[in-house]
Amino acid sequence: MAWDYSEKVKQHYLHPKNVGVVENANAVGEIGSMVCGDALKLTLRITPETGVIEDAKFQTYGCGSAIASSSALTELIKGRTLDEALKITNQDLADFLDGLPEEKMHCSVMGREALQAAAANYRGEVFVHEEDDEFHTVCHCFSVNNVTIENAIRENHLTTVEQVTHYTKAGGACRNCVPEIEQILRRLAPEAAPADADATGDEPPPMSMFRRIKIIEETLENDIRPALHTDSGGLELLDVSEAEVVVRFLGRCGSCAQSGATLDFVRTRLEKALGRPVSVREVK
Amino acid sequence: MTAPLVYLDNNATTAVAPEVLEAMLPYLREAYGNPSSMHDFGGRLSKDLDAARGRLAALIGAHPDEIVFTSCGTESDNTALASALETHPTKRHLVTTAVEHPAIISQMNHLKKKGYEVTFVGVRPDGVCEPEAIRAALRPDTAVVSVMWANNETGVLMPIDEIAQVVKEHGALFHTDAVQAVGKEPIDLSRTPVDLLSLSGHKLHAPKGVGALYVRRGTPFRPYILGGHQENGRRGGTYAVPNIVALGAAAELAGRHMAEERARVTLLRDRLEAGLLERVPAVHRLGNPELRLFNTCTVSFEYIEGEAILLMLSEHGICASSGSACSSGSLEPSHVLRAMGLPFELCHASIRFSFSRYNTDADVDRVLEVTPGIIRELRRISPFTPPALLR
Repeated sequence: MAWDYSEKVKQHYLHPKNVGVVENANAVGEIGSMVCGDALKLTLRITPETGVIEDAKFQTYGCGSAIASSSALTELIKGRTLDEALKITNQDLADFLDGLPEEKMHCSVMGREALQAAAANYRGEVFVHEEDDEFHTVCHCFSVNNVTIENAIRENHLTTVEQVTHYTKAGGACRNCVPEIEQILRRLAPEAAPADADATGDEPPPMSMFRRIKIIEETLENDIRPALHTDSGGLELLDVSEAEVVVRFLGRCGSCAQSGATLDFVRTRLEKALGRPVSVREVK
Repeated sequence: MTAPLVYLDNNATTAVAPEVLEAMLPYLREAYGNPSSMHDFGGRLSKDLDAARGRLAALIGAHPDEIVFTSCGTESDNTALASALETHPTKRHLVTTAVEHPAIISQMNHLKKKGYEVTFVGVRPDGVCEPEAIRAALRPDTAVVSVMWANNETGVLMPIDEIAQVVKEHGALFHTDAVQAVGKEPIDLSRTPVDLLSLSGHKLHAPKGVGALYVRRGTPFRPYILGGHQENGRRGGTYAVPNIVALGAAAELAGRHMAEERARVTLLRDRLEAGLLERVPAVHRLGNPELRLFNTCTVSFEYIEGEAILLMLSEHGICASSGSACSSGSLEPSHVLRAMGLPFELCHASIRFSFSRYNTDADVDRVLEVTPGIIRELRRISPFTPPALLR
């Protein structure tokens, strides 16, 4: 489909500024991947005495607005101190480009995150608090963590899952993480998110082992295997106990780098069908 | 945009042929009557509908009474599945492929929510769905099997003769979405045992807003759009006379020039493809190179993303299309390319060039002149490009 890009967005993707890698860079920020569909590598040279960003260059894999947002980012931060630059929000980036379509706001969020990553790299820190207990991946399809989602909600006053998807891509593919995004929204923007009828906190009713196995087999057959089959993979059920479900991936799924995400997909589907938490273990 | 238009997106839609426009104009001007009227001013138009019906039937080897005019390919697809299920109320299972057009996939997903069971049969890495895979999916309660004749994204042709035979042996109804094939591929339904076939006018140089559903004689049928007794009671709604006449004219034109057009356009497509493979490094051709529409070239450029390529091509007046996530309006790349088992990186970078009878050697020259530079520039911007490719 055709996007309604502003003239400024067009200028910046047709003739991007500051493409490349800064020589003698002392700050590097990398965000995204080819699998996800966009990625940005930002290199900066910062004068230690003044903290001023003397030079900034980018390399971007992605659509027109991803390239334009990266180009805009480098234009905005060059000549500023790192501290000043870090105050630039993703909305500032979008404004500099005379706006981005809402579905493309995640491009501006990516630009800002690359700068944060570069700043962390410059200061010798680990980006996005990986040591933090709360830190975890929410959306496995696009590798989006809770910190990114929470920041996007706070800074942009987001109130719906759809907006969160537009700004971070989280929830844009298999949608298994939508309940968690709703939860985060309820926590950060309680007035906006609708109450979840399922979140009553009641214990699920007891279930016989026969019924447990039957539901698991049906869900594998009707729901999970067809989804894996389209990726030329498959799944074998090895064992079911009170404690766990043991599976083995076949075909492409067995060797796929994303089998962790696939396992997560299997678990969420089974949990939905069984109406209770379940642990799924993979045997190679 | 000042660059001359190079239109290579004919699988999306085609230009209305000048002959077709001439044929339909009288019905937009003076001959505005309703063919269902008793008076001669309207009623006499029914013979023009008959003529159009005959022309379309001739293109696909059908009887005129097997043609039901609709508003578009999607309506034809929806009608076919709904009718098949309504006429077989005890059967609750449908079979289709993982690479169908959204017109089929969306309806299948909707039917699943309503309690029907749907088997999505996978395809080979070259995009072809094997007849034996369809056979394995059939069940005693399978009401209908729907397999597209040609894929819109890759141009890959499905072995419809064999699949139709497999389904016929089983006894289920067989529907094919032939929107991309009609007018391009020779189709003879007197020999291929298809029960229901969807087609769309705007893919073969008729205007948007008209399609047809072929319903083989003897196939049980229930109308989907209820209303008057038009189309022999098979589709309510006032006859869209100008559009139907246009589709007839377009069908006649397609049949008359098919052999010549296929030969000429194949050469153009092959020259474009060979040129791209020769001039651009790290490019892949997608889909079976033999079993595909003569007008379609789908390629994927490593290390860059499709929407960015399309935007830059568009700046040069070149219209193409992509299976990348960004250009699809969703965040996921093409379901067709993923079903072929292509890595996401190649899905994101796919570009489809699709030709029509109006394309020329100059169009191919222009694309070959402009594309290598665009790919090189985007690879210069990409962090993933191996330095050797930029030397």
